[in-house]
Amino acid sequence: MFDRPKSLVDVRTHFCPGCHHGIAHRILAETIDRYDLREKTIGVACVGCSVFLYDYIDVDVAEAPHGRAPAVATGVKRAQPDKFVFTYQGDGDLAAIGTSEIIHAANRGENITVLFVNNTTYGMTGGQMAPTTMLGQRTSTSPYGRDFRNDGYPIKMAELLATLEGTAYSARVATSTPAQIRKAKEAVRKAFEMQIREMGFSIVEFLSTCPTNWGMKPLEAQERVLGEMSEYFPLGVYKERTQADFV
Amino acid sequence: MKAAAVEIRRELMKGNVAICLGAIAAGCRFYYGYPITPQNDIPEYMSTHLPTMGGTFLQAESEVATINFILGTAASGKRVMTSSSGPGISLMQEGLSYMAGSELPAVIVNISRSGPGLGGIAPSQGDYFQAVKCGGHGGYRMPVLAPHSVQEMYSLTMRAFDLADKYRNPAMVLGDAIVGQMKEPFTPVPYEPSVPPEKPWALTGCKGRPRQNVKSLYLKDNAIEVHNWKLFRKYERMREEEVLFERFRLDGATIAIVAFGTAARVCKTAIQWARQEGIPAGMLRPVSLFPFPSAQVDEAAEAADVVLVVEMNTGQMVEDVRMSTRHHDRIRFLGKPCAMPTPEEILGEIRTLAGKRP
Ligand SMILES: Cc1ncc(C[n+]2csc(CCOP(=O)(O)OP(=O)(O)O)c2C)c(N)n1
Ligand code: SF4
Repeated sequence: MFDRPKSLVDVRTHFCPGCHHGIAHRILAETIDRYDLREKTIGVACVGCSVFLYDYIDVDVAEAPHGRAPAVATGVKRAQPDKFVFTYQGDGDLAAIGTSEIIHAANRGENITVLFVNNTTYGMTGGQMAPTTMLGQRTSTSPYGRDFRNDGYPIKMAELLATLEGTAYSARVATSTPAQIRKAKEAVRKAFEMQIREMGFSIVEFLSTCPTNWGMKPLEAQERVLGEMSEYFPLGVYKERTQADFV
Repeated sequence: MKAAAVEIRRELMKGNVAICLGAIAAGCRFYYGYPITPQNDIPEYMSTHLPTMGGTFLQAESEVATINFILGTAASGKRVMTSSSGPGISLMQEGLSYMAGSELPAVIVNISRSGPGLGGIAPSQGDYFQAVKCGGHGGYRMPVLAPHSVQEMYSLTMRAFDLADKYRNPAMVLGDAIVGQMKEPFTPVPYEPSVPPEKPWALTGCKGRPRQNVKSLYLKDNAIEVHNWKLFRKYERMREEEVLFERFRLDGATIAIVAFGTAARVCKTAIQWARQEGIPAGMLRPVSLFPFPSAQVDEAAEAADVVLVVEMNTGQMVEDVRMSTRHHDRIRFLGKPCAMPTPEEILGEIRTLAGKRP
């Protein structure tokens, strides 16, 4: 019933206690198994805490420069259209340095699937301000709290990407309760199906934790996701293509 | 990658198009790029012809995206090419460094323009440092080939693909607006691969084998040191095995010119004229700028009274010439950063160096 997914490597991860990257990894591996895609999948790892994707997910993985995973995935998918191609990216990666690559991959309707982990900070480099950092949130580079007059507003990628014609599926999920995890699996499953059915670009944004850099205990971090974070970043499906309605 | 049984005949061809023909002959079916003058014939040709032969042309949103499309397709084990010019090549440096670190082969064409910044679109060899020393971070190398004719635009592009695959490394073809735009007769000789096409490291899904990665990150123990020495040995092997050069009328030359690409072509005319006047001038033309033909330059310097370096820049290759020989006192430079030197100008310099007045 609760076996290790075949596509998940049996090793200890390097993630901090209470970090949700691991949960997203598990959902990803389960979904790869569910569609029996392990042997025809190519993943693209980004720069950030999740770069070691290739140590945990038992599939071929390429590593992209910071933010460029959607472009690398484009190059893989164009060369091997019969393969299943996904990227796994943090918010610094996807919503800061890689905004251009993600917007244009989505706009081209690139037939890839993106798992986007939003923990409102740059985890790996020590908790600096990200484009998703909440107003008032203190980080190591917004020590007085993020102020929109100086830093602008937390960026809502799931909504933004949903506006693009090439996007087939865009949803935001969380993994802080069992019910949320069920919904997250459902969203990832839908995102996979979009690619399998060649409907276009699909993305699932995960609201995630970074207890280490938030300076919180794991449970407090859960609470933050359930409260403040999901208030500003509402969970839900922002776009779902039901048929290949593009011309 | 069998050579197609086509009729081989001489035809009039433009340099930039010859690059496309060489790439296609070498089995390249993927081209990604972003427009910039003076290389637009290349994406235009590829966008017209690749789709009709089952290939892929994709115009990227930027050169940053371009080089990462390339990374993904190279990681898939396919032959892939891009072309650009100075400012665009600058944007590709990040990806080039990652590709060198991840050991991925691809061909990058730079039809360079003049000056830093937006500069000008005049033909120039101002990207010598960037190409030969490699502009990205971390200290990597790549083969750099400098064609001086339409025929070489074709044949050196093929060779660049072989070098890229042989070394699992990006390779560059460095030209300028003159070799790119000029038309001259060329012969489309068939492609003869010098490397086996197998790429067992390619990411194709892990069917029937353990998963594998293409990556440049090495954090554990001293893995990055081991990796860097491995890359270094590869560059050393290039230096041993891939030096390409042309000796032009060097026998008995007391004035030895060192020039590459378009500048070398003009020098050839000037050398012919000088010889007619009885001035023994000759040229050592580096065809591979990395690896640099240091031993051959030294040999020419040893035999000559003067070494004249001619470049369409303010003197970048001069540094490599100095590194090649102990005869620094013999080295002279004639340069034009934003234009082609005329044969008359070069002849004038040769006469001066030979002690003759016109
Ligand atoms: C070009 C470049 N700039 C900066 C960095 C440094 N860097 C490494 S990880 C990272 C932030 C990653 O944050 P995020 O994508 O949110 O992932 P997380 O670590 O939070 O999971 C940065 C800025 C880099 N590797 N490359
Ligand atoms: S630093 Fe943050 S994002 Fe990175 S592993 Fe630790 S908790 Fe997770």
